[in-house]
Amino acid sequence: MAALCTLNTTVKITLTNFDKAFENRIRLQIMSVLVANESYDFNSLKELLAVTDGNLASHLKALEKEEYITMTKSFLGRKPNTSYRASAKGITAFKKHLEALENLIKQQRG
Amino acid sequence: MEDKDLYDEINSIKKIMERSTKFISLSGLSGILAGGYALIGAGIGYEIIYGNGILRGGYSIDIQLFSIALIVLLLSITTGIALTARKAHRKGQTVWNQSSRALLKNGLLPLLTGGAFILILLLHADYHIIAPSCLIFYGLALAAASQYTYGDVKWLGITEIILGLLAMLLPGYGLLFWALGFGVMHILYGSIMYFKYDRENNAD
Repeated sequence: MAALCTLNTTVKITLTNFDKAFENRIRLQIMSVLVANESYDFNSLKELLAVTDGNLASHLKALEKEEYITMTKSFLGRKPNTSYRASAKGITAFKKHLEALENLIKQQRG
Repeated sequence: MEDKDLYDEINSIKKIMERSTKFISLSGLSGILAGGYALIGAGIGYEIIYGNGILRGGYSIDIQLFSIALIVLLLSITTGIALTARKAHRKGQTVWNQSSRALLKNGLLPLLTGGAFILILLLHADYHIIAPSCLIFYGLALAAASQYTYGDVKWLGITEIILGLLAMLLPGYGLLFWALGFGVMHILYGSIMYFKYDRENNAD
């Protein structure tokens, strides 16, 4: 009975605090990189996360739509360079998500 | 969500944050080789200054010593770039990425300042503080760049600075401290980094 109760609360926490935008591992990783660095460019992200262009672009677009990240296009000589930054909203959301993960661990231990 | 999944999730965040901010393809082996070149260079330098003249060519002593230092520097840089590129390639990373750019950007300022400072010393024929200057500015460059790579680089930088200051304190032992800083310390820290990071990466 007690076990069932903890299971119930765990599920509730999962539902209330987990950020849907970070459900996908790659999106969570993108956000981690952008929180740890001032800005990061598309190609370096692609290399770091070992994903394809299309895959990365779609995840970046999703995060942009949530207004968690912002994009800047510039030119390095003739080569176009797209770089991304985490927005204040994105950083807050990321922190909340980490807290939710932390709570979940505490719940499962206790 | 299972316990294991949670830990995986958090581990992957931690790993990616670390990898995104630090350049981890730096080769320890190249440090060992650079130390070897420096020791050979210092040996030849010692022979030129104090030896019986077997190695002394037609040029003045300072031009000969300067050439040796330049050759040691060029060989070390070439080896460093080649081995680091090889390690990066093996790990499926490029050498020229966000963290290596940050590494260079931070290290270059003290390094170029030191280079200019030493050229001015040469210009004024002020030879006795050249060795300490090399060590101090190199140490500062390493310490400045170290936040973008392994923590060991910071300790190597601090060691070089201390050796440079000691060399300044004890004039006449410049070559000895130079050999200690650029030779022995590179071999020591290069070996530490080689055993800590290179080998485990070769395994996978």
